Amino acid sequence: MFSLQPRGYVSQFWSWGSPILALLLTAAIAGAIFAFMGRPPLLTVYTFLISPLFAPEGLANLAIKAAPLILMGVGLSLAYKANVWNIGTEGQFTLGAIFGGGAALALPDATSWAVFPAVLIAGITGGMLYALIVAWLRTAFNANEILTSLMLAYIAQYLLIYLVTGPWRDPMGFGYPQTAMFSDTADGPRVIEATNLHFGIIAAPVIAILAWWILGKTSFGFQLRVLGQAPRAARFAGFSENRLVWLSMAISGGLAGLAGVFEVTGTQGQLTTTISPGYGFTAIIVAFLGRLNPAGIIPAGLLLALTYLGGDAAQINLGMSNAITGIFQGILLFCLLGADVLILYRIKWRKSAGARA
Amino acid sequence: MDIVINLLVSVMAASTPLLLAATGELVVEKVAVLNLGVEGMMLMGAIAGFAVAHETGSLPLALLAAIFAGMALSLLFAFLTLTLQANQTATGLALTIFGRGFSALVGAGYVGISAPTLPHIHIPVLSDIPVLGQILFSYDPLIYLALALLAFVAWFLSKTHAGLIMRAIGDQHDAAHVLGYKVIRIRYLAVLFGGAMAGLAGAYMSLAYTPLWAQDMIAGRGWVALALVTFAAWRPFWLLIGAWLFGAMMYLSLYVQGLGVPVPSAFLSAVPYIGTVVVLVLISRDSRRIRLHRPAMLGRAFQAGN
Repeated sequence: MFSLQPRGYVSQFWSWGSPILALLLTAAIAGAIFAFMGRPPLLTVYTFLISPLFAPEGLANLAIKAAPLILMGVGLSLAYKANVWNIGTEGQFTLGAIFGGGAALALPDATSWAVFPAVLIAGITGGMLYALIVAWLRTAFNANEILTSLMLAYIAQYLLIYLVTGPWRDPMGFGYPQTAMFSDTADGPRVIEATNLHFGIIAAPVIAILAWWILGKTSFGFQLRVLGQAPRAARFAGFSENRLVWLSMAISGGLAGLAGVFEVTGTQGQLTTTISPGYGFTAIIVAFLGRLNPAGIIPAGLLLALTYLGGDAAQINLGMSNAITGIFQGILLFCLLGADVLILYRIKWRKSAGARA
Repeated sequence: MDIVINLLVSVMAASTPLLLAATGELVVEKVAVLNLGVEGMMLMGAIAGFAVAHETGSLPLALLAAIFAGMALSLLFAFLTLTLQANQTATGLALTIFGRGFSALVGAGYVGISAPTLPHIHIPVLSDIPVLGQILFSYDPLIYLALALLAFVAWFLSKTHAGLIMRAIGDQHDAAHVLGYKVIRIRYLAVLFGGAMAGLAGAYMSLAYTPLWAQDMIAGRGWVALALVTFAAWRPFWLLIGAWLFGAMMYLSLYVQGLGVPVPSAFLSAVPYIGTVVVLVLISRDSRRIRLHRPAMLGRAFQAGN
């Protein structure tokens, strides 16, 4: 057996070493599971984690998948720092897509340069308003934001289904649950012509760095951190908890909305019932893996984006279900949470119980 | 009359998975552990139960497998949060993310096939009483088991010495530790019980309620069960009322869709989730009442001093 001995300080080494240890452990556990399923473990792990990077357009696909994860991970890291548990980003992402998509559908023939910014702003507004419902329910009625934000995520999905099967359904779409395609203007410009590299892949790291600066260097960032680490001290210092709940929900919801609108305009070009492969939930892992630090969110977002590509690669090349993406993500979060014990504690191995003094 | 009877019987069935999972979570939260992974454990129970029922044809084995699957996942939760002191909120979410992925992978081969389903019992004489027989004596065994387990938990927590210790650990773990009670061990046991109940609740979905396997078939019921514990303010009797209320919402949203009313079905499908939010808001408004009943150490880590 072992026991934990408090270090008495926060180990800087392990706060960055733990994600790496977790990744190695995850690869080992995933390999063991693959072996158990009768698959060659090394080849499968290679196919899952490495091969997508060398596939044609692998890096472009990685960037496109990482953009929403980074945008949402940054928002979540601010909220979680303040102990505001927004876990309904999937719903805020959906509302961003609905508002942004709605704006794009409302302006099918407009060609002004202002259309795309308007679409983006609509998306941010949608995600933000949806998140503010949660802030309102928590500050006015003391309702637990974990449960309300998650319930709202289910409701958002049904709203999307209603819209694309009902009033917004494309009359020329042969009855498929989808809207008309957005105009090229509303889809926005491309980083490289004739690819689907939308500007979300630029916005995501820029916003991450901006958030890193806000969190580390501004008084707002300081208040967030104090509220998360020492709520009593924050109250004595006169920081308004309610104000920080509103602000952190607005930011995390707005960024989720931005992620949603970039996704539907940038890569899909229309609304369907399946606009997200669970980005909102994966972003929670991104936030933790990135140490709730916006600078750490970028590599974390890239890694989790890779697990989506890996799932597709395993499906295409090895004929496996792409559900292994979810398993890998779950194991990664388990390993990370377990490895994080090393940040605050030393592990002391004991011999058998009889040897105890 | 038949409509009313059918309605009552269907609401009972719809409330049972919620009741099973919430009873387990109630015990977990009574010792002040917050396991947000109910949804994931239910999914694991649902696929484990369904797969074993399909492969062996044995329902007792299937239920055991579901219980075991739920417990396995909850053991992982207990190890991470109680032994390694990981954040309970994050670990609970990890359970749900993992449970979703794992059940989808294992379940890929079980979509669209059938397995034996839980039979409805038939008690001679009693079940044949008109109306009353149908309302009281016509269910599958798990419905009765769910009610019995709730009664047992209510009795155990309020009337036994062990229950008193559990409540003490929930309200003052340091004091309980000083008195010599094994805080961590008792929390492990409670978490495992919660996992077993969630696994059983999942099996009820795939072997009695739906009954088949579909990806993500729990559809948020694990989260509703968590809301239910808050709704009940950690009191078993109110858990039953809440389970019926939420079960009724879930069933009615399906039932009304079947009537062909001119309301988009997506709206009706969203009703149980909207209802959950509304109920949570109504309940949470009275923060004094919540604080009065809430285990004081809920979600806080405990570590014995060296």
